[in-house]
Amino acid sequence: MLGYILRRLLYAIPILIGVNLITFVLFFVVNTPDDMARMQLGAKRVTPEAIQKWKAERGYDKPLLWNGAAAGMGRLSDTIFFEKSARLFVFDFGAAEDKRDIANEIATRMGPSLALAVPVFLVGMLINITLALFVAFFRATYIDVWTVVLCVALMSISTLFYIIGGQYLVSKLWSLVPISGYDSGPQGFKFLVLPVLIGVISGIGSGTRWYRTLFLEEMGKDYVRTARAKGLSEPAVLFGHVLRNALIPILTGAVVVIPLLFMGSLITESFFGIPGLGSYTIDAIQAQDFAIVRAMVFMGSLLYILGLLLTDLSYTMVDPRIRLE
Amino acid sequence: MAVFLWTDALVWLLVLAVIGYAAYCLRRPHLAAPWARVFRSRAAMMSSVVLGAFLLVGLLDSLHFRPELARTNGKDAVAYSSSVLSVLDVLASQMRERNEKTYSAPFATRSFAREMVETPDGRQVREYPRLRHGGAHLKDEAGRASDIAGRASLALAAAAFAWLLTGYALRGLVRRLPDIPWRSAWFTLGAVLALVVPALVLSDSYHVLGTDKVGQDVLYLSLKSIRTSLVIGTLATLVMLPLGLLLGIMAGYFKGWVDDLIQYLYTTLNSIPGVLLIAASVLMMQVYIDSHPELFPTAAQRADLRLLFLCVILGLTSWTGLARLLRGETLKLGELEFIQAAHAFGVADSRIILRHITPNVMHIVIIALVMDFSGLVLAEAVLSYVGVGGDPRRPVSAP
Repeated sequence: MLGYILRRLLYAIPILIGVNLITFVLFFVVNTPDDMARMQLGAKRVTPEAIQKWKAERGYDKPLLWNGAAAGMGRLSDTIFFEKSARLFVFDFGAAEDKRDIANEIATRMGPSLALAVPVFLVGMLINITLALFVAFFRATYIDVWTVVLCVALMSISTLFYIIGGQYLVSKLWSLVPISGYDSGPQGFKFLVLPVLIGVISGIGSGTRWYRTLFLEEMGKDYVRTARAKGLSEPAVLFGHVLRNALIPILTGAVVVIPLLFMGSLITESFFGIPGLGSYTIDAIQAQDFAIVRAMVFMGSLLYILGLLLTDLSYTMVDPRIRLE
Repeated sequence: MAVFLWTDALVWLLVLAVIGYAAYCLRRPHLAAPWARVFRSRAAMMSSVVLGAFLLVGLLDSLHFRPELARTNGKDAVAYSSSVLSVLDVLASQMRERNEKTYSAPFATRSFAREMVETPDGRQVREYPRLRHGGAHLKDEAGRASDIAGRASLALAAAAFAWLLTGYALRGLVRRLPDIPWRSAWFTLGAVLALVVPALVLSDSYHVLGTDKVGQDVLYLSLKSIRTSLVIGTLATLVMLPLGLLLGIMAGYFKGWVDDLIQYLYTTLNSIPGVLLIAASVLMMQVYIDSHPELFPTAAQRADLRLLFLCVILGLTSWTGLARLLRGETLKLGELEFIQAAHAFGVADSRIILRHITPNVMHIVIIALVMDFSGLVLAEAVLSYVGVGGDPRRPVSAP
């Protein structure tokens, strides 16, 4: 088991290096730091000196991969690749345009992100599974058909619409909760109710449909027929047998997402003014702060790979038939 | 003067390809039969009417030109305006040109925001000013509801007339192809006409969907957005398809190091959060366009190239799902007898892939393409919000 985990962790290294190379190529080779400086400074203030100053302040004035001027290890380490890309591996993200430390910022913004993402995830799972079980119970009836139609309709609408519609209805017309804002601790509850609700609703369509398929697939199996042949009631079959077996794909599918909860949700956070990592990323993209975008790309891939690893491990936890060597 | 934008050319090329494919299918019974079965279903006919309406708007919006400026006396040289218009812009010039100052509600006669207005006796009052165009023909605003109802019912009558006329024209087709559910198509057409004709007629004197922050008509913007959605959906899928098909089948067929390499490639791409990767690429493209202004003479061409690049980037980042599906399917197919037999006969690898494997994974490709099409269009809506989507003057249809 431990050996397996170690091997999977080792697999992650080439992938992370690949991610790193892609971001390096995107940010420094396709477009040189000169281009970035010109963009950041704006058309009016571009002079060769200004560009040099901008680059020197951010450490972009070094050679890309090989520093011929330095001596010894400095030839490799005194370069943009080492300073900006390789440093990401030790979570040294450098400073943003406003001179604040990115790693520090990420640490403080993680809390609000989780406060939104975790309830959405848990409540959403609970509601989706319940609904899917309900639909599976009434399979091949009008209830089933119309719930699926409703799910497809819910899926087809963009999240942006749910957010704007929800803010208009709940906050503006009914004035139940503030439109946007955030507060830590229990006072923050009133700010989080609406975003959580909207997050759950916008996920119901695809989630319920997907879980319904899993339940129906499980229901066609032989052990279900055996359970019915024994004379078990339909609820007993559903809850005692089908639910427990269908939980395997459901849980393993959900585990992938858990690490990514730390990244927050891009759109919801920025609409509701929650100072999490999602809105941080959006602000960075809009302000064209390349250092932050680079850091978030790296964080995202790291968490995704962690999710893959957790998925494999969770298979062995919930399904005793699977053994990892 | 006609202007050929890159995406226009690609869109029309696609239309030609579809027409060519249809002609090809018609002459081959084994291809014509399944398509005939599709069109015999009522749902297919109904959705093809709706899709056809969208397509018509999108194609009208894909014919661009630069209007001729009024000739000055004594000069023969023709000057062209620097703004690029499409046929749709001309047809909808009522909506395009009649801008307000800022937000207004649907069918409103007054602005959404209060302003300082000078009354005839010289005093300054803060009130909601009348719109410049929306309902400007009304002398008395109280008559707005009856005015709208009158115009709408006239438009509905015209729509009903057009609807009955098409029904009459369709009779010949109904007689020749009796097993196609023309009736469903006709009723769908009726519903489309009943929505579109009143909206168009009313947009002559009102802003049917209101105006946006800078006072542009929202209905006009939504019509313009249809083309963006279609272009993004089709072109990004076109970029994605060959990559996913080639790499997925190669990984499943050759196994070994090819498989490892391709799997590594898509795990790496997959592990970068999608929106971030796309945003990063678009940011980089933005830098490139900004530092090479000499390549793009008009704003429309710049916007068009942005759109094209966005399609390419979306395509390059979204082939991984299709490739993974195809890899699994090819692994399964490779063990089947007919592939083994082909191997035993000494058929070349390329030929096996082309003749035996590709046709057998097509069902997956078609389903994945249809699912991805809508996914890509919705993704563009999110990207626009992030600020890396299409040009703001060419919004997508999703909000």
